Amino acid sequence: MSIFSEVPQAPPVAVFKLSADFREDGHPQKVNLGVGAYRTDECQPWVLPVVKKVERLIVEDGSLNHEYLPILGLPEFRSASSKVALGDESTAIKENRVGGVQALGGTGALRIGAEFLRRWYNGVNNTATPIYVSAPTWENHNSVFADAGFKDIRPYHYWDAANRGLDLAGLLDDLERRSLFVFFDSAYQGFASGDLDKDAWAIRYFVSEGFELFVAQSFSKNFGLYNERVGNLTVVARDGENLSRTLSQMEKIVRTTWSNPPSQGARIVSKTLNCPELFAEWKGNVKTMADRVLLMRDQLKAKLQAQGTPGTWDHITQQIGMFSFTGLNRECGDKFSHTHTHTHLHTHTHTHTHMLASGLLGLSFKG
Amino acid sequence: MALLKSNKVIYCLGNISPALGVLSTRNSSWWGGVQMGPPDPILGVSEAFKKDTNPKKMNLGVGAYRDDMGKPFVLSCVRKAEAIITTKQMDKEYLGIGGLGEFSKSCAELALGAGSEVMKSGRYITVQTISGTGSLRIGANFLSRFHGGPRDVYLPKPSWGNHTPIFRDAGMELKAYKYYDPSTCGFDFKGALDDISKMPEQSVIMLHACAHNPTGVDPKQEQWKEISDIVKKKNLLVFFDMAYQGFASGDIDRDAWAVRYFIEQGHNILLSQSFAKNMGLYGERVGGFTVVCNDAEEAKRVESQLKILIRPIYSNPPMNGARIAATILNTPDLRSLWLEEVHGMANRIIKMREQLADGLKKEGSSRNWQHVIDQIGMFCFTGLKPEQVERLTKEFSVYMTKDGRISMAGVTSGNVGYLAHGIHAVTK
Repeated sequence: MSIFSEVPQAPPVAVFKLSADFREDGHPQKVNLGVGAYRTDECQPWVLPVVKKVERLIVEDGSLNHEYLPILGLPEFRSASSKVALGDESTAIKENRVGGVQALGGTGALRIGAEFLRRWYNGVNNTATPIYVSAPTWENHNSVFADAGFKDIRPYHYWDAANRGLDLAGLLDDLERRSLFVFFDSAYQGFASGDLDKDAWAIRYFVSEGFELFVAQSFSKNFGLYNERVGNLTVVARDGENLSRTLSQMEKIVRTTWSNPPSQGARIVSKTLNCPELFAEWKGNVKTMADRVLLMRDQLKAKLQAQGTPGTWDHITQQIGMFSFTGLNRECGDKFSHTHTHTHLHTHTHTHTHMLASGLLGLSFKG
Repeated sequence: MALLKSNKVIYCLGNISPALGVLSTRNSSWWGGVQMGPPDPILGVSEAFKKDTNPKKMNLGVGAYRDDMGKPFVLSCVRKAEAIITTKQMDKEYLGIGGLGEFSKSCAELALGAGSEVMKSGRYITVQTISGTGSLRIGANFLSRFHGGPRDVYLPKPSWGNHTPIFRDAGMELKAYKYYDPSTCGFDFKGALDDISKMPEQSVIMLHACAHNPTGVDPKQEQWKEISDIVKKKNLLVFFDMAYQGFASGDIDRDAWAVRYFIEQGHNILLSQSFAKNMGLYGERVGGFTVVCNDAEEAKRVESQLKILIRPIYSNPPMNGARIAATILNTPDLRSLWLEEVHGMANRIIKMREQLADGLKKEGSSRNWQHVIDQIGMFCFTGLKPEQVERLTKEFSVYMTKDGRISMAGVTSGNVGYLAHGIHAVTK
């Protein structure tokens, strides 16, 4: 008799299963458009040149060791990360009301933020507080907030399927006349337009309008440091005193989750952001990635139009970042898989283009 | 970007939330009601130490090994492994949720032994975790979600301070069983057996595999056998915390004896491992969480649920430390070098214990300090009371936790005399 005899088999996490299927597929022209990791024009992962340079510096630095970081993380990393998000001229930073919590990737930053909100926002341990997430959103957002204890996670209108763009009227309708705390998820700063400041515009605008807010930052994509788990939860508070109490409670949450964060990735990012030459080099690397994705958008749309593919494909170039919501549904996928033997969507085994069932397509593929 | 041209989103900030009647305006903060959290009792010690300007100050708080010069020690096998890894120029693609496969396998093998029937049959799952804390938390979350037995986790009294909030935050309840006997500064064997015999069936019992934290008091093998018997009789679920394999006796197999014995006796255990201390990989956050199951099929089900738990915490674990650990464990000459270095660290600590006991005798202390030598691993439960600890810190700048625990790793041949002097001064 086992304690675990009643443990049910859980379904695999979709995006990881997709990558596993892709790995097993033997077809020479297989394409993986699932996971959000950048690829070069040769379909290869890309370690940023600035990252290679900085790693060498770290290895050669005999004074570095593997001691514990403080609970909230590497101080130089935290301040530099918040500065990247809020800008060099940030008044909030100058007013000492901005703090950071180094976290394990964007996911970790979201989770620490969610755990804090469940404990301290809208009362104490108020699990009934509604959490509004965009419809659709990254699927893990739902799990992060649910596992942090929130019982009421609701969608707000975002994606207009008919026009394949933003449903602004729906969004405003859902969010109007509500007192809302803003939690930004910034996983792609620099990756969207190629310009760090442009991509942070919304965050900086909200801060300038006086909002207190959280920003979950990820350096997985814009630094290509996916597996080192580098993230930062930026906290903007009304004043230093509120910030200080908030950070003290963040420490308690971190201590029972992972005690203190991993040092390697934070060192790489910190060294890069805090050194003007390396910072400039990094911005160049980011622009390289963003430009390639923009080029692929242009080329994909152009080829679809050249083929006379039915429908309009403007959304491919109007959308921004690593992903494209194609507008393809499961039926299209089925049809596609029957007529073309070398491309397929998620659940079919005899075709070889791997894409999520939602029609979400990763754009780091070969032109 | 039409959204940004709209003013409507901004005005909502000034509204009263009907549910609460709380007015949040530009002039107040969302966080007005957030209390200042107390400093972490263990990590807080280091922070206080840093601020102290006394040149003779000693940090005997956190359990991080120091060499005889009081410096952090990066193991040679680690540096060699790092050099190998650098030449391989690997990519930085996401690991799977369960982490680096070669690491998880060698992590399990280190604990269970190469010839383990559990490993051969595949009736286990090991996931890479964020060091020991991350491992305990995943285990606690797993228990909270899937354990059909009582919510209670029994910790030895005392236990590592962070165990309690970890299990609590995961939704479990905490209870204690007798463990440390302050009158002998040793193991309260009879008290432990007595308390264990009273635990409700299917309760979770946490056992420190070796080098008990904070006391340094470990059961002898014969005592472990009796504990195993009664735990089996009571049908308790065993959760081993092994953060110091290799550090206790200097021998990794000897330190894993209890874990392996329990498995042989039929306990399907949960196990947390850390490589922070025994590989000096503290800040890289390297650990493992293992569930021993009935069979491989059950292990697959358990694995799938662990992934569901992990994904919304940090998605997948960090590569760097796991890659270093795997390289060491799987490269024969690095593994031998590692075993030597762990042995070296354990030996230095044993020597410091002897010198401290000796030093106290020389100071003229009439108290019995045998426990300083008998206790095992990085920590020594001195028996000092909180007032004495406070004096030791204030008057001698010796930093330690209030429970009287000192990290022997922070003691050197250069400062052991000063420490003996201070301890004698506050206890005579």
